[in-house]
Amino acid sequence: MANVGIVIVSHSPKIAEGAADMVRQMVGDSVPLAWTGGNSEGGLGTDVAAIIAAIDRAWSDAGVAILVDLGGAETNSEMAIDLLDPARRDKVLVCEAPIVEGAVMAATEASGGAALDAVRRTAEELSPTGPAS
Amino acid sequence: MSERSLTGSALLINDVGLHARPSVKLTQLAKRFGARIEFARDAAGPWVDAKSPVKVMRFKAAKGETLHFRANGPDAAVALAAILALIEGGFAIDGEASPQQLER
Repeated sequence: MANVGIVIVSHSPKIAEGAADMVRQMVGDSVPLAWTGGNSEGGLGTDVAAIIAAIDRAWSDAGVAILVDLGGAETNSEMAIDLLDPARRDKVLVCEAPIVEGAVMAATEASGGAALDAVRRTAEELSPTGPAS
Repeated sequence: MSERSLTGSALLINDVGLHARPSVKLTQLAKRFGARIEFARDAAGPWVDAKSPVKVMRFKAAKGETLHFRANGPDAAVALAAILALIEGGFAIDGEASPQQLER
C-alpha cells in the first residue's frame, strides 16, 4: 500500500518550502509531499485553492496529513478538506503539531507504511499535551 | 519483553551522535522489521521504542556513547544485526556518505 502523504501549509512560502526540504533530506522520497504558503496576492497568508492543489499533489490512497503553522493555516486547511469530494475528505486531516518538527516526524512515521491515524499520533506526540486522543 | 530477547550494543562513532538525521534513519530501519526493538543507554534500561520517531529524536545520545539494544520477534536477529551495523557504520546507508565522512 502507498505511504500516507504529507502537506505543509504555512503563511510563509519560505517556511513551507524549507520545512519540505527538511522532510526530503531527512526522510527521503518514499512519502508523497507537497507544500504551499502565501496568499493569492503573494503576501503572507494561506489560500484554500492552493491548499487543495497541494493535497492533490501529495495525494495517497492511504490518506494525507496536513501540518500547519498559525490560525488561518488551520482554518483554511479545514475548509480545503471540506471542499474535497466526500470519498477523499475522510482521508485527510490536520495534525495539531509544530509545523517543522511535525512534518519530519509525520513523514518518518509515514515512510514506514503507517496508517493515517498513526501518522497523526506521532506528529501530535510533539505537542505539550501529547496526542489529542 | 520476555527473556528471549536478543541483545546487542554499539558505540556511536559519528560526530553528531544520535541527532536529527541519524534518529530518522534509526527509526526508519527499525520500522522495516516486525520485531519489537528497544534501546537504552544502560543495559538495564530504561528502554525506548526504536520505532517511535519522537522518542528516538528525544533520546539525544552523543558521540562516544554506547547504545544497548534488545529485539524480540521472529526477525529479531536480522533486525538487531542491521541496526548495530547502521550505528557502527556511522549511519551511512546504501553507500551514502555519513555526515562525518562528508566533513573529511
